[in-house]
Amino acid sequence: MDAESLLLALELASGSGQGLSPDRRASLLTSLMLVKRDYRFDRVLFWGRILGLVADYYIAQGVSEDQLAPRKTLYSLNCMEWSLLPPATKEMETQTSVVKGRFMGDPSHEYEHTELQKVNEGEKVFEEEVVVQIKEETRLVSVIDQIDKAVAVIPRGALFKTPFGPINVNRTFEGLSLSEAKKLSSYFHFREPVELKNKTLLEKAELDPSLDFMDSLEHDIPKDEDPRG
Amino acid sequence: MEDSIPVNQKIKHQELGETGRPWEETVTTSQAPELGLSEALELEQGPETGLQPRSSPPTMPLSGARTPDRPVDDLVGLRASFPSSAFQELPSTLSPLALARQDFMAPWQSDKTTSVIPEAETPHFGHLEQLSDKGGSTLHQTCQSKGNTFHQSQQTKYPLYELRDVSDHTSKQKELRFDIFQEDDSDSNCHLDQPESGASQVAPSMLEIAIQNTKAYLLKTSSKSGLNLYDHLSEMLTKVLDKRPENAVDIIENISQDVKMEHFSKKLDTLQNENEMLPTYEMAEKQKTLFLQGNVEGADQELEDEIAEHALPNIMESAFYFEQAGVGLGTDETYRIFLALKQLTDTHPIQKCRFWGKILGLKMNYIVAEVEFREGEDEEEVEEEDVPEERDNGDSEADEDDEDELPRPFYKAPQAIPKEESRTGANKYVYFVCNEPGRPWVKLPAVTPAQIVIARKIKKFFTGRLDTPIISYPPFPGNESNYLRAQIARISAGTHVSPLGFYHFGEEEGEEEEEIESGRDSFEENPDFEGIQVIDLVESLSNWVHHVQHILPQGRCNWFNPIQKSEEEEEEEDEEKEEEKGEEPDDTEQEVGPPLLTPISEDLEIQNTSPWTTRLSSNLIPQYAIAVLRSNLWPGAYAFSNGKKFENFYIGWGHKYSPDSYTPPVPPPVYQEYPSGPEITEMDDPTVEEEQAFRAAQEAAANSTEENEETEEEEDEEDDYD
Repeated sequence: MDAESLLLALELASGSGQGLSPDRRASLLTSLMLVKRDYRFDRVLFWGRILGLVADYYIAQGVSEDQLAPRKTLYSLNCMEWSLLPPATKEMETQTSVVKGRFMGDPSHEYEHTELQKVNEGEKVFEEEVVVQIKEETRLVSVIDQIDKAVAVIPRGALFKTPFGPINVNRTFEGLSLSEAKKLSSYFHFREPVELKNKTLLEKAELDPSLDFMDSLEHDIPKDEDPRG
Repeated sequence: MEDSIPVNQKIKHQELGETGRPWEETVTTSQAPELGLSEALELEQGPETGLQPRSSPPTMPLSGARTPDRPVDDLVGLRASFPSSAFQELPSTLSPLALARQDFMAPWQSDKTTSVIPEAETPHFGHLEQLSDKGGSTLHQTCQSKGNTFHQSQQTKYPLYELRDVSDHTSKQKELRFDIFQEDDSDSNCHLDQPESGASQVAPSMLEIAIQNTKAYLLKTSSKSGLNLYDHLSEMLTKVLDKRPENAVDIIENISQDVKMEHFSKKLDTLQNENEMLPTYEMAEKQKTLFLQGNVEGADQELEDEIAEHALPNIMESAFYFEQAGVGLGTDETYRIFLALKQLTDTHPIQKCRFWGKILGLKMNYIVAEVEFREGEDEEEVEEEDVPEERDNGDSEADEDDEDELPRPFYKAPQAIPKEESRTGANKYVYFVCNEPGRPWVKLPAVTPAQIVIARKIKKFFTGRLDTPIISYPPFPGNESNYLRAQIARISAGTHVSPLGFYHFGEEEGEEEEEIESGRDSFEENPDFEGIQVIDLVESLSNWVHHVQHILPQGRCNWFNPIQKSEEEEEEEDEEKEEEKGEEPDDTEQEVGPPLLTPISEDLEIQNTSPWTTRLSSNLIPQYAIAVLRSNLWPGAYAFSNGKKFENFYIGWGHKYSPDSYTPPVPPPVYQEYPSGPEITEMDDPTVEEEQAFRAAQEAAANSTEENEETEEEEDEEDDYD
């Protein structure tokens, strides 16, 4: 949710039951403004909230001029003080895939995971149990990244690509019409395209390169079998 | 630009070609002055190729720079002649041209916006159309059919510019000019009989055909959208020229899209305006009835009655507290649900009602209300078809024949565990659901133990339609309404908590002390409850207790022993509640669950995490904060308390938390159904040797018996046998 339209977006998203208490909402409005100023972001988005056992994480993301560039992620425990998170890497993802269960709510908490690692000592090869410590911050980063890659969605026409490269917000976008909004093909994954190159030339011919530069949702698995929506 | 211009040129030429003919017609019908004009034109054109009147525009550009001049000159001459409406000037061929040139030069010099030229493409197109419109009656018709008023509005300016380009002798410009020239006041031209006297007949050349083909291609309508490129480009450029945006070239794609989108606006019926029936309108209609339900006769009396009733809870107050906790549906939605619940209480005889929560579904959501009917006013319990339990025993017995006794299988279906009576155990409350406030409330059927047992083993998302079948393994007995009811029962049993002391057991029941082991299933509000400090509620989980009976693994709250004689069924039920396991001879043990009103600190942990999370709603202002309880076992279950008041709420998908992904249970191994014996077990067919040996043995036996009787015959027979 864009920080500028936070209240409206919260109202619209209230159907799922997850909301923010008034004090959180007020603190968010204030602190996101400051974040935008301090980090010089083009837009600040309130990403959401990750529940933990002891405390909850509130996550925000800052977007620079190019909308599709990797965004900077910040977290806060009290919606007032924000800390920058490191960008996500593949190693983080593999490392944290072994951790299961809830988040603790304490960023310095370390999960212990015992792994069997082969240790070469001279000629002998035997397995030792190594206890790997994984910090919760790392887990937070990789979880946020996975969620973004999987479910960040944007409607068709909201962003457009210029021949120079950067992706811009489409100021003439007025929203999808009712019939378009019902189709999965009018929504895209908000990430670097993965499947786009695999499309046949025939499919690509129908696409508009300035608008259709991301993967559409209609090929995602599992497919929605009931067209009645 | 470069590419477009030749196209333009061609088009223009085409246009000119088309217009040429009508002009020719008019020319023929025109009078002498026109002829004079044409002659004059011809004279002027002399140096170049002979007459090339509009009828052969294609040839002109091809021939080089000079060609564009000619038609333009011709037109210039004509134009000059038109306004004057006096062809007397024609005889002097030069003068009109000079006049024209002078006229046009002046404005040209006045402003030299060269940018007009590139932008003039659109007007050219438009002009082209209008050019074709000029001419005789045929042209007139065409210009009306085009209806491009904006072209016309712009013409007045452009012709001037274009003419000046012509004078520049750049072929492109001449092309443009040509068009603009022709676009000039198509209306007026339509009316005028074009004294395009210069139009002499020219055979269509290759270029002309090429131009016509190109134009035909541009005019081809797209099969998808019904537009053609020609119209689209002309509209686009017209729009640009109308609005004159900054950096038009940067946003030209957006403009193109806007023009296209404008085409897709609602079809305007020329007779009536179509009103779109959006589904949102229908929803709003339904919700409107919610707001208007208060207007009934006898309002005064009913008002008093309503105020006296306590059935409807104060949902807005609970919603306010839940909002402090960060949970809630939004004020408007909650208010509508409030009204919908009011409608429910008005239409049904309800003692107590509570907003249980919202269960999200894939297509639609469920709003659940927990309801207790008034004493004795239970809604007629529709005798639901009991889910047919396997009755293998009965089946096999029925199939028995006297002659051919089928083997009896071992398998005996477990006896169906009867569901609990209404108002007890898992069926203590009745639940109503609706998809959205405003839609009718549907009563969910009572839950059976079998459904709960199987619901524990499957995980299915709700779709939002109550009659959806649940296809799963193990097969769920029922459809989505039953599954929903089972999940609601489980969630209620697992997560409905209240502060310690809020409820206590009624002291009227005498048997209470005896039935310590059994679950006490009734409780009352404690009138002496004084509240607990919010801090205490947050810090210690023992201050909260479950006030809903735990569901045993059997699927019921009160243990039911399936292996008992039917006659003594009822008696034994009561006895078994009190007795320990020793009394029961069967291998089924009595299932015991935590009794009612156990503190939640006794709840089991999942993977070393506590099953509940407590929070204070606000750390900044603790004196007015409330205690919030969040379940880790059932994500989405919340409870709050401000010391005196409390409320439970659920909003979520209706599934239990599991750290691992759900995997359906594996089917059990194949069951040894029948005793293996000679009657059932398949035996191999005897081999040839065995058969022969058997036969030999038989014969030997037969022989031995026969020998005793007849010696000689046997020997003979033996010979035969062998």
